[in-house]
Amino acid sequence: MPIIKQKDYKTWKKFDRKRDLQNWLCWFLGTLIFSFCFGLISSKTIWFYVFDSHNEALDLLGRMFPPETNYFFTLIKPIWDTLNIATIGTTIGTLIAIPLAFLSANNTTPSKKFIRPLALFCIVSSRSINSVIWALLLVAVVGPGVLAGIIAIGLRSIGFCGKLLYEAIEEIDENQIEAIEATGANKAQIMTFGIVPQILPAFTSISIYRWDINIREATVVGLVGAGGIGIELDAQIGDLAWAKVSVILLTIVVAVVFSEWITAKIRKAII
Amino acid sequence: MNDKKVIWKRKPLIKNRLLRIGLILLISTYLLSVFLTTEIDWQRILEGIPRGKNFIFAFFPPDFITRSDEILAGIFESLWMTIVATIVGILISIPVSLGAAKNIAPKFVYFLSRGVITLSRSFQEVILAIFFVKLMGFGPFAGMVTLSLSTIGFFAKLLSEDIEDINKSQAEAIKSTGSSWFQWVNYGVQPQVMPRFIGLSLYRLDINFRESAVIGIVGGGGIGSTLNTAFDRYEFETAAAVLIVIISIVMIVEYTSSHLRKLIK
Repeated sequence: MPIIKQKDYKTWKKFDRKRDLQNWLCWFLGTLIFSFCFGLISSKTIWFYVFDSHNEALDLLGRMFPPETNYFFTLIKPIWDTLNIATIGTTIGTLIAIPLAFLSANNTTPSKKFIRPLALFCIVSSRSINSVIWALLLVAVVGPGVLAGIIAIGLRSIGFCGKLLYEAIEEIDENQIEAIEATGANKAQIMTFGIVPQILPAFTSISIYRWDINIREATVVGLVGAGGIGIELDAQIGDLAWAKVSVILLTIVVAVVFSEWITAKIRKAII
Repeated sequence: MNDKKVIWKRKPLIKNRLLRIGLILLISTYLLSVFLTTEIDWQRILEGIPRGKNFIFAFFPPDFITRSDEILAGIFESLWMTIVATIVGILISIPVSLGAAKNIAPKFVYFLSRGVITLSRSFQEVILAIFFVKLMGFGPFAGMVTLSLSTIGFFAKLLSEDIEDINKSQAEAIKSTGSSWFQWVNYGVQPQVMPRFIGLSLYRLDINFRESAVIGIVGGGGIGSTLNTAFDRYEFETAAAVLIVIISIVMIVEYTSSHLRKLIK
């Protein structure tokens, strides 16, 4: 941090001239990229609709209130379905993620050249396809309903859990494994007594974290027909029954806040 | 010596026997009730298996060529959307995250900012996108607004946690020089959270690109709308190509962003 000498006094500046110029250049480039991108977007936008959107929003809010509170009781089954999609989906996802994580961790993989890249590819492709796209594909295969949602959420969870889990496996303490090895344990015993106890805390916190995310995801897979509260949302938006839509939205907020609260509680109890 | 063999058994995971049995009972009743209340149409699934096989085979070979213009246009639109939305989202998140840090904000502002974060986090991008498409019309602008708003929930939450963890003495040193509030934030707080800030921005860029693939399905522009069009036209070869493109771009973005994050650390 330089002190710059003016004619008759010294003053402090945060950066010297070179850093200042660099910073300025970064900001300049950033602004340039931003305005370029925004220009491209705005060329594809009908600005009349955008400027009119506040009227539209007020109109929509007017239709949403007061919410049709009685409608909540028909939502109980869809909420239960949503909860099940999230829970069973998370369970399936983590169960498949465990072997994949062992195959893709550097220190447990049977072959670094062949199996590890394959397992990593499975993990990445599951992560990069959103659960709605998975649901879109699965509704065509197994038909609309809760099952498609469960499988979609499960497939999507594999990548997330697998990635975090294999990172946890790579960080285990090798000494403990060596100690188990020294007793003459075979491969399976090393696994159950050397590795599993070390990654169990990570595993529980990862699955709880994913469950929390999945509650959110399970609310939207229904939009493409894969069960849960999303189906109701899609149907009511289609009917333009906005007083019912607001009930659904409120329910989703409550469910999400509730799941966040529960996961915080469980995490505190376990860790 | 007594004849009884001493056998070592692994300690159970949960020490309390009652709790252990209770948990097992609870879980099995839950699973049973799920099984009883979920209608699974096995007939439809059996029918679906050959159909699914055809469906999957229809994806091969992926066809990059026929619709290559549309795929390219979709990707670029997604990229523009992602960049603009990430920048706008971060710009909005900065004041929100300052407001949501307990050690900086007064109670009233704290609860307001937390409310904003919770609201933005509760709704999936797709749900937000449906509404913004309805309000602002089809196209990338609605998608951009959606992504910016959902960036707030993620970014402000994680950044405010980092702000809460700053070294207090450094911030106090700045305050003791008689700095104004803005100077205090700029010189006392900002340098401490900067590494995390950059890491989070890169991470969010990566997430926003992935999400831009989905909001296109409900009309938010970008590669998602290309995918949706391909499905609607039953051009599954093109859809497969789009999916492959999405996966490979996500892979590239993820590798570079994780590499950059390591470099910055």
